[in-house]
Amino acid sequence: MLKDITLGQFFPGTSIIHRLDPRTKLIGLIAYIVALFTAGDWVSYGIVFAFLATCVAISKIPLKSFIHGMKPLVLILVFTGILNLFFTTGERVLVQFWRITITLEGVERALFMMGRILMLICGTFLLTYTTSPISLTDGLESLLSPLKKIHLPVHELSMMMCIALRFIPTLIEETDKIICAQKARGADFETGKIIERVKALVPILVPLFISAFRRADELATAMECRCYHGGDGRTKMKLLRLKRFDYGTFFLLAVLIAAVIFVAQLGL
Amino acid sequence: MSTAISVEHLAYSYPGVEDTPGVAVFEDLNLTIESGTFVAVLGSNGCGKSTLAKHFNSILLPCGGKVYVGGMDTSDPDKLISVRKTVGMVFQNPDNQIVANVVEEDVAFGPENLGIAAPAIRQRVDNALKQVGMYEYRNHAPHLLSGGQKQRVAIAGVIAMEPKCIVLDEPTAMLDPKGRREVMETIQRLNCEKNITVVLITHHMDEAAKAQRVVVLHKGCVCLDGTPKQVFSQVETLHKIGLAAPETVELCHCLNEQGFTLSLDNLDAEECAQALYEVLKA
Repeated sequence: MLKDITLGQFFPGTSIIHRLDPRTKLIGLIAYIVALFTAGDWVSYGIVFAFLATCVAISKIPLKSFIHGMKPLVLILVFTGILNLFFTTGERVLVQFWRITITLEGVERALFMMGRILMLICGTFLLTYTTSPISLTDGLESLLSPLKKIHLPVHELSMMMCIALRFIPTLIEETDKIICAQKARGADFETGKIIERVKALVPILVPLFISAFRRADELATAMECRCYHGGDGRTKMKLLRLKRFDYGTFFLLAVLIAAVIFVAQLGL
Repeated sequence: MSTAISVEHLAYSYPGVEDTPGVAVFEDLNLTIESGTFVAVLGSNGCGKSTLAKHFNSILLPCGGKVYVGGMDTSDPDKLISVRKTVGMVFQNPDNQIVANVVEEDVAFGPENLGIAAPAIRQRVDNALKQVGMYEYRNHAPHLLSGGQKQRVAIAGVIAMEPKCIVLDEPTAMLDPKGRREVMETIQRLNCEKNITVVLITHHMDEAAKAQRVVVLHKGCVCLDGTPKQVFSQVETLHKIGLAAPETVELCHCLNEQGFTLSLDNLDAEECAQALYEVLKA
């Protein structure tokens, strides 16, 4: 049952978006979010949406997976919608009953906010769908490396992320095994009240933690054996290099932000 | 022939927790391993095999005596990296020694730590993966490989650092027969073709029989030492310390107890059958 968990869903592919440098994609996402939050009217929204739609189309990732990923967030979307719908004051009243008034401005604002959240999520999905977790960590490490100057342990953080990602499937497999072993000895995880079920998890968590610590200890020894001594003097096999279409992307992003700002200026 | 590893009067005891006394593993152990040889280390559980292995690359430091690797003292902090570069180590559980989530990235981990330039790492990784026969799996995720394949990736990770010596601590203990065969073939090939010194710690007598030299440890001392034929013919001694000889030797030993006079150095099934044939014909 635990096999279904997928973390950092990544769809391997060969599109231009897939082949972009992870740093470009990370910067791109930030620029996209800036553009999205600068956009204040429907025209600039249209521009940002067109940009997103083009990127999704180029990436060739099925729309279904975006919708699938959106499911857990429906609640937040609905909540935002309702809040904005009821609590926006305006003059053009549409419906009024009891203490609640729904105005045209409210409807507009609710749609606006929901659109913003949707586009924000789709943008981040596009990043995780097209970038493998390792290249994402590599990109982050490289982008954050100036922070080493102020003694932020950037290399250590990315190493930790990398190892965590590496051990997720191993530990999931282990959990499955422990669950089976406890079931074989008569443990019951499916019936009973919530408190009983939570209590039933203890015999799973204790062995899991013990084994995780043992693994960590062995891994540390193995890493030491392979001459690991922190990030100093360490080299990389795969060097990140910006290519021509990375620079192209930067140009497009600049155009996007400029266009949004320009439209916002006109709108005044 | 030069000396790869030499252990001189090694004493080691695990430190005790709080007030409990420590556990002494070695008191005075002497052992010399020549370069380019394939040495198997046998011994029952708790005799100090793994502890000894950890002394070979400074994971544990001697409490008394010295361990030299290629002439370098393992307790010298300045030589730490050079010692670990010279002696690579492979452990029992392949899952707990693979660091990265792509095969080739994992093999590159060692050379990356040594600070080698990117193109040279690429070359080493490709060579190492080809040597263990895992080149076509270079872009796979390690958790999708079989145990034998994972262990071979771990070996590739060690040989990418180009060590002179590889210490394997029960590398086949968690593998199925097919995985065991793959790993053993890889080890033997590395020893023959690359002239890498191999120290194999194992519980499998048939694996030890493939070595050039077998060292049997018992209670922190070298109990038997010699070629597989010499060591395994001491069936009585092996039994006394809780070990067994390979099945063919055991068979001959049993027959000898019934009045036959077979020699006890037939380690190969083929050889053993031939010897039996000779005896029965006469």
